[in-house]
Amino acid sequence: MSAISTSSAAAANARPPNLLPDGRWRPLELAFWLIPIALYFVAPDYRVLGSQVLITGLFALSLDLILGYAGIVSLGHAAFFGLGAYAAALLAKHFTGDPLIGLVVAALVSAAAGWLVSFLVVRGNDLTRLMVTLGIGLMLWEAANKASFITGGVDGLSFTPGKLFGVWSFDLAGNTAYVYALVVVFVVFLFAKRLVDSPLGLSLRGIREGGKRMPAIGAPVVVRLRTIFTIAAGIAGIAGALLAQTTQFASIDTLGFPRSAELMIMLVLGGTGRLYGALVGAAIFMIAHDYLSAIDPVYWEFWIGFFLVLIVLFAHGGILGGLAALRARFGRSGS
Amino acid sequence: MLGNILGVLFDGIAYGSLLFIIAVGLSVTLGLMNFVNLAHGAFAMLGGYVAVMAMTRAGIPFLAALPLAFIASALVGVVLERTLYQRLYKAAHLDQVLFSIGLVFMSIAATTYFFGASQQPVALPAYLQGQLHLPGFDVGIYRLFLIGVVAVLTLALQWLLERTRFGSQVRASVDNATAAAGLGINVNRVFALTFALGSGLAGLGGALGIDVLGLDPTFPLKYMVYFLLVVAVGGSGTIKGALIAALILGVFDVAGKYYVPQVGGFVIYALMVVLLILFPTGLYGKKT
Repeated sequence: MSAISTSSAAAANARPPNLLPDGRWRPLELAFWLIPIALYFVAPDYRVLGSQVLITGLFALSLDLILGYAGIVSLGHAAFFGLGAYAAALLAKHFTGDPLIGLVVAALVSAAAGWLVSFLVVRGNDLTRLMVTLGIGLMLWEAANKASFITGGVDGLSFTPGKLFGVWSFDLAGNTAYVYALVVVFVVFLFAKRLVDSPLGLSLRGIREGGKRMPAIGAPVVVRLRTIFTIAAGIAGIAGALLAQTTQFASIDTLGFPRSAELMIMLVLGGTGRLYGALVGAAIFMIAHDYLSAIDPVYWEFWIGFFLVLIVLFAHGGILGGLAALRARFGRSGS
Repeated sequence: MLGNILGVLFDGIAYGSLLFIIAVGLSVTLGLMNFVNLAHGAFAMLGGYVAVMAMTRAGIPFLAALPLAFIASALVGVVLERTLYQRLYKAAHLDQVLFSIGLVFMSIAATTYFFGASQQPVALPAYLQGQLHLPGFDVGIYRLFLIGVVAVLTLALQWLLERTRFGSQVRASVDNATAAAGLGINVNRVFALTFALGSGLAGLGGALGIDVLGLDPTFPLKYMVYFLLVVAVGGSGTIKGALIAALILGVFDVAGKYYVPQVGGFVIYALMVVLLILFPTGLYGKKT
């Protein structure tokens, strides 16, 4: 009798933190967001890398929405990232250099593309989705490669974005870029956090866990999947535009398959389905990449593959998943 | 003009045959065992390198190097299947994708480390070089040889899967592993052998294809889409489906690159998306 009550008490304590989301901010989350602010002052030499980490984190976050929450395996998410980058670059080159307008336009363009693609993605099983996203990514790369009179082909497209609010221009030290990226990433993160705690986010988790049962409780599965795919594409577009504006360059690499694959690696490294995993994974991946590829690019590729295999076989849930498991095991007295 | 079309058709069929021989193993692991193995091209690359090394370092003739490529890839395949792949048969597709991408990255880096990043040359024997002059158009003798090899292999595979005891064990294990195991079939052994066979064929295809597809460390990534495409378009696990899909892809890819070179690989990707929309489960797929 006592054994039963003890185990049920333990089960209550070990309850996963977001069984029913309340949207409240935990101290740990606030501490997390203080890190990038602190780094601005502590490590001024790393602001350029820092802004790229933030942007990649946002990109990974957009993949987390469809992969971690809705369970759609996409191998071509870079298509929307690159589309956003080119949209921002072309807008700045031919119409207006205002960065914020660039962000909005890039988000709209990518979201529109995502909406179109979503009709194909919701059809079929995992394999078909995989192939369709992969195919569309490759098609866009090929299109950007061949339409060099618009996109600059493999040489890419360099441009000068206008001043932010007409005051701050993008400097080489990355001061403006860092603050700009941080603010945009934080705002989009707030939106994403609200989104995954909303009924839409909850029904997406339901679809991920058992897509066949969701229609039975009245959830329009196809509409929900199309919605989140469109939103995620839009966010990826914002990330792409951010990268293009802060580096003043739109490169064809932003569309490539390696970018999609690396993105997936970051997300899995950090842990899927928890938003912060995307940011943590991107940070660790980018910093490791910066450090290791300076030593030897070939080794870098080998080790990333090696760690990927290890994560899949042994460290399910990535870094944050592992931490959560540790907390569930030892954190009873702490909380 | 007609000779031109026939020539493109012929090259396309030769190219498609090659795709088929490499991808047919994937058609079993992906189509039947439902394992998303993006690293399948790595086995083909392994076969290619084994053949090149056997020919250049050991002086083994081309035709004798082909079985070596098959055996090496099959051995590596069975070892990896026993140690790693079989742990993930029941895992989520995402895990399989990540795991096999990891293998691809590792194989690319390791190959670059040992053999350098450059294209590997292959010296075909004299009797396989040159052209055969038919009325109207010319055919490459090597491509004719490719088609011949693949035709023989296809018949042999068909016979193996449809007429032998091993073949019926494979089909039973794939259809329902639990029931097959209950009937006394050693399902693990059947899967391992099937995987080895598929990897070996990929290795053979990689060795045969050096002259047509080229061979450098990025091979697994460069042709990954094509192999996946053969399976996705062909439908799950039918040899006929994979063959027809491979031939269609081969012909369209060659024709696209020949007639409209300015759009490059676009033709094949567009074809793929269209085919997947029209036939979500493949040309010969089971209706779900």
